[in-house]
Amino acid sequence: MSRFTLDARNLICPLPVVRTQEKVEQLRSGDELEVVCTDPGVLHDIPAWCRIHGHEVIEAVEREGELVVRLRVRKLEG
Amino acid sequence: MTVRARAVSLISGGLDSMLATKMVLDQGVDVVGINIYTGFCITGHTQAIRFKHKEKPKRNNALWVADQLGVELHILDVVAEYKDIVIHPKHGYGAHLNPCLDCKGLMVRKAREWMERHGFDFVLTGEVLGQRPKSQLKSKLPIVARDSGTEDLLLRPLSAKLLRPTLPERNGWVDRDRLGAISGRSRRGQIALAKAYGFTGYAQPAGGCCFLTDANYSAKLRDFWRYREKKDYELDDIMLLKVGRHLRPRPHFKMIIARDEGENRFLQGYCRRFTHLTSDSHPGPVVLLDGETNDEDVALAARVTARFGKGRDEQEVRVRVTAMDGSARIMSVSPWSSEQIPEDWYL
Ligand code: SF4
Repeated sequence: MSRFTLDARNLICPLPVVRTQEKVEQLRSGDELEVVCTDPGVLHDIPAWCRIHGHEVIEAVEREGELVVRLRVRKLEG
Repeated sequence: MTVRARAVSLISGGLDSMLATKMVLDQGVDVVGINIYTGFCITGHTQAIRFKHKEKPKRNNALWVADQLGVELHILDVVAEYKDIVIHPKHGYGAHLNPCLDCKGLMVRKAREWMERHGFDFVLTGEVLGQRPKSQLKSKLPIVARDSGTEDLLLRPLSAKLLRPTLPERNGWVDRDRLGAISGRSRRGQIALAKAYGFTGYAQPAGGCCFLTDANYSAKLRDFWRYREKKDYELDDIMLLKVGRHLRPRPHFKMIIARDEGENRFLQGYCRRFTHLTSDSHPGPVVLLDGETNDEDVALAARVTARFGKGRDEQEVRVRVTAMDGSARIMSVSPWSSEQIPEDWYL
């Protein structure tokens, strides 16, 4: 398992999700990704995206004026 | 064991594609959603940059729809190829700079490509016969099917019974009898269907699905092209057209003035790429200067900046002018009154 971060600051919907989607594609099951954003909508959207695709949201919080979503990638390894 | 058919659905986040997807899901078809991001999309969040929309749910409608229906959703970023469509639409523009027919063709083509890449069987959309003046008249639907290369593999479940049977119907992947016969601009059929499915809380956008159907936005984009002397754009350019008041005091420069805290924060993100002004002595907007400016222009911009801040009624306001390299200077100016700003500066 490895940890990654993604800077999605100053991007507005749906780009933080698009960037998350692209990043997760390159990751492996069990990897952890922290996405840092400024668009408040990500607190709904990234968890919704994770639900749809079966990834696990570890936390989705506001921290020092920024929004941070941490997720664990879940993929059927094949 | 019968093999379930698999369909790619274009999910915009609106009610029609939600209903169309549901109709096909209910027939036992496996559906994956595709949402196309063109850069011009109106989303809850673009609105949410502004504080006055704070009470509205901040969500991406396409993701919300997919989540409600329990289908996967992939957002495809087509910003780069979309440019050509906005700049040279083969089928022309609608009432404003909206190239709807070309746009639909591209979106459905993207869904077809996804279908082919992943071995899916057909594409479906929420298009309704005769709903929009430009792209959804009966005569226009075949153009979308042809331009996108989907032809017989494109199902419009909401109006299917009014259209020629497509391959998914003829092959029995879907039962034509259980598809819709909705047409026209009245939303009655869709609302009744939504009720029957028990859908609530869906988005009902006024106007079109993107900024290009907006008169004011289109005017700003035209202005942008005229003064850049080039019909072209980057993603940041079209983003900035969505935010703030735009004033063009001189042909060679424009001011982008934040309207509230949310926009202030958003424009702050662009401060390394533009000379920007802020009021030092009073709360006020972040203002970007777009274009080559001389000292006289900056002095004028400082007075306009002061006009839009809390110090507008003071004799003197200190305005900070920060260049792209971060170097700053303070100017003391007397704010202009609103009458001093000519109407035709507003874009
Ligand atoms: S309104 Fe905008 S997104 Fe919708 S079809 Fe027309 S150009 Fe495309």
